[in-house]
Amino acid sequence: MTDRPIFLDNNSTTFPAPEAVEAVLPLFGEDYANPSSTHSMGQAARHAIELARENVAALLNCKGSEIVFNSGATEGNNTAIYAALDGLPERKHIITTRVEHSSVIEVIRYLAEAGYRITELSVDRLGQIDLDELKNEISGDTALVSIMWANNETGVINPINGAGDIAKQFGALFHVDAVQAAGKLKLDLKDELAIDYLTISGHKFHGLKGAGALFVRENAPYLPLIRGGHHESGKRAGTENILGIVAMGAAARLINKDRDQHVEHMKKQRDRLQAGLIARCDDIAINGDQADRLPNTTNIGFKYIDGEALLMMLDAEDIAVSAGSACQSGSMEPSHVLKAMNVPLSAIHGSVRFCVSRYTEEAEIDAAIEKISKVVKRLRELSPYGHEDKRETLDAAILAEHKAYFAKA
Amino acid sequence: MLTYSQKVKDHFINPRNVGVLADATVVGEVGSMSAGQALKLYLKLNADEVIDNAGFQVFGSPGAIAASSALTEMLKGKHVDEAARITIKDISEYLGGLPEEKMHTCAMSMEALEVAYARYRGIELEVEGDEEEELNICRCFSVPESKIERAIRDNNLTSVEEITHFTKAGGGCTSCHPDLKQILQRVRAELPENKPKREPVNAGAGNLSNLEKMKAIQDVLDREVRPGLAMDGGDMELVDVVGNKVYVQLHGHCNSCASSSSTMKFFVEDRLREMVDPEITVIDTTEHSDQLHAPPMR
Repeated sequence: MTDRPIFLDNNSTTFPAPEAVEAVLPLFGEDYANPSSTHSMGQAARHAIELARENVAALLNCKGSEIVFNSGATEGNNTAIYAALDGLPERKHIITTRVEHSSVIEVIRYLAEAGYRITELSVDRLGQIDLDELKNEISGDTALVSIMWANNETGVINPINGAGDIAKQFGALFHVDAVQAAGKLKLDLKDELAIDYLTISGHKFHGLKGAGALFVRENAPYLPLIRGGHHESGKRAGTENILGIVAMGAAARLINKDRDQHVEHMKKQRDRLQAGLIARCDDIAINGDQADRLPNTTNIGFKYIDGEALLMMLDAEDIAVSAGSACQSGSMEPSHVLKAMNVPLSAIHGSVRFCVSRYTEEAEIDAAIEKISKVVKRLRELSPYGHEDKRETLDAAILAEHKAYFAKA
Repeated sequence: MLTYSQKVKDHFINPRNVGVLADATVVGEVGSMSAGQALKLYLKLNADEVIDNAGFQVFGSPGAIAASSALTEMLKGKHVDEAARITIKDISEYLGGLPEEKMHTCAMSMEALEVAYARYRGIELEVEGDEEEELNICRCFSVPESKIERAIRDNNLTSVEEITHFTKAGGGCTSCHPDLKQILQRVRAELPENKPKREPVNAGAGNLSNLEKMKAIQDVLDREVRPGLAMDGGDMELVDVVGNKVYVQLHGHCNSCASSSSTMKFFVEDRLREMVDPEITVIDTTEHSDQLHAPPMR
C-alpha cells in the first residue's frame, strides 16, 4: 500500500486509468491536429476519435453511429430531455423519480414552468421505484420517462427493463441516466431495446473529466442542444474534446476486456469494508437495498454522530468520503435521496457513502476499517448520545423510529 | 463543502475540555437528536463564583464541536456573571469566524450556557416551560417558534436564509419558509419599540439640518443596507430627502424583481427610523420590471 490518501468516493469521480492517460499523452505532443481537418494530421486525430467511438459503443453494445460525444453527463441529460420533448411535441407530461441527479431533476422541474406536467415517482424504504406507480401515472400524454439506472448515493439499481416496457406500451420515449452503472454493470442496449437515450460520463469509469457520451437509438427523435458545426454528425457542434474522448475510449476498452473481474474485485472490497464496519462499530444501518445494488457502493448511517463531522475527521486521517447530507449553497440540505426513502432525519445526519473502485486495495480497506471505526468511536465519546444511559433524552417518537431503523442492521 | 478557519479545524480535530465533569456545579443541556445537534455543558464554579473548569459533550457538525470547545476555553477563569454575557459573535470571533451557514452551532453553545446560568441563578427561562407544548415550526429540525423569534431579535436577522443559518429552521424540506417569513415580519415590526439595540447615528437626530440628515441617511445606507444588497448583485441609491420622505432607487439585480421592493422598503425604513428619525418614510422610485423569469426555452 502506498501512502496516498484512501479514496472511497469513487461515485464522485475515479482514478484515471494509466492506460487512458498513456493514450492521451501523444495528443499533448505531435498529435495535436483538429479532427475536422482534411490533412493527414487531422485525419489521424479523426481516427483516434472513431477508435474511441468503437470502444464506447462496445461498452454499451450499440452501434458507433448511435454515440454522440459531449462534455459529460449534465450535457447528455439535458440533451436527451429536450430531444425527447421536441420529438413528441403534442405530449405535455414527463415522468421521473425523486432520487434522480440534479442534472435530470432540475431540468425537468424547470420544464414545469414551461407548462409541462411533472410526475416524480416515489421510492420505497429500500430506494426502489414501484412499477405499479409508473403504470398508474403514465398515459398517452406522457412524452418522456427518465429514470436512472443506479443511484449515485445508495447504489440502488432500478428495474430499467420493466420501466422501459411500460414506457413503450404508451409510446413514450425512455431516457436512462447510466452514469453510475457504466463500468459496474453490464449495459447491453441490444437487450434493453426500450431505451431511447442513455447517458454516460468518462471520468466515472477511469477516464478524464470533461467528456461523456449520449446514446441515441437509431430513429429516436433528436435535437442538438449546441449548434454551430457539423461535428458528431451535426448532433453536437464544437471541436471535439479529443483528450477526454480518447481517454474515455481507452477506459471503455479496459472494461470491455475485464469487466467481470473488475466487478468481482469491487464487490469483494465493498463487502469487506461493510462487514468490517458492522463488526467494529455498533449501531449502524445500511441505507438502501443490498441485493439490487452497485458492486462498489455502500451507504451507511452511523447512529449518534454527524456525517459532516465524520467526513472531516476522516479527511484529517487521509480518507476521502462523501456525506449523505451536504452543505450546499448556503443551507443545510439533507440528502434528497435518503429523504425520499424516508430514512429518519436522525439517521440521515450520520450517513456517509463509501464507494470503492477496481484500484482499491485490500490493505486500503483494512486501514480504512481501522481508521473509520476509531473516528466513529471518538465522535461517539464526544456525543452526549454515545452512551446507553443518555438515550432517554431523545423525544420518544423519534427514539422509536430511530431504534427501529437501526435495528435493521 | 464549507471551508473552515484553521482555528475551527484545530478545535474540531483536537477539542479541548471534552467530557463529563463529575463534580460540576451546574449543567446546561440543549438540542436533540432530531434537531441534528445537541450539547451538554458542565461548569465547575469556585467559592468566588469564578468558573474553574468546564467540560462538554456534543453531537453535531464540525462547527458544533469547535464552537463548544471554544466556549469552554473562553469560560475558564471568568466570573459566572461575566461569562453569561458571552454572545454568539464572541464565540464566532474567538474561532476566527465561522461560515454564516454554521452560526447555529455558536447559537447552540450560547444557549447551553444560558440554560446553565439560569439554572445556577434559579431563574426560570421563558422558553423552557413552553417548549413541551409548543409546536415546531420547522419539523425537520424540531425548531419551535419561540426559538426563531429570539434568534431574530437577538441577532437582528433580516431574512429567512439568516434564520436558517442561526437556528437551522427551514434548512430541510423548506415547507416552513412561508411561516418563517411571517414570523420574521411580525418580530421585526415589533423590534424598534422593544429593543432599541443599536446606538443612533446622531443622538440629536431631531434637530438635524436637511444636509446633516441626508448625510446621516447615506451613512446608514452605506453601512447597513448596501453591503447586503451587493452580495446579491444589487445596490441602492439615495435620490433625495424631502422633510421625512427618503427617495431611493434600486439597481442591479434588485430592480428586476418587483417582490424585492416592498421587503426592501420595509427593511430600510426600519433601519432609518431606528437610527436617524422615527418619522422617516422610504419611497422607492425604481421602475420595476414585471418579468420575474426569463422566457422558457424553445
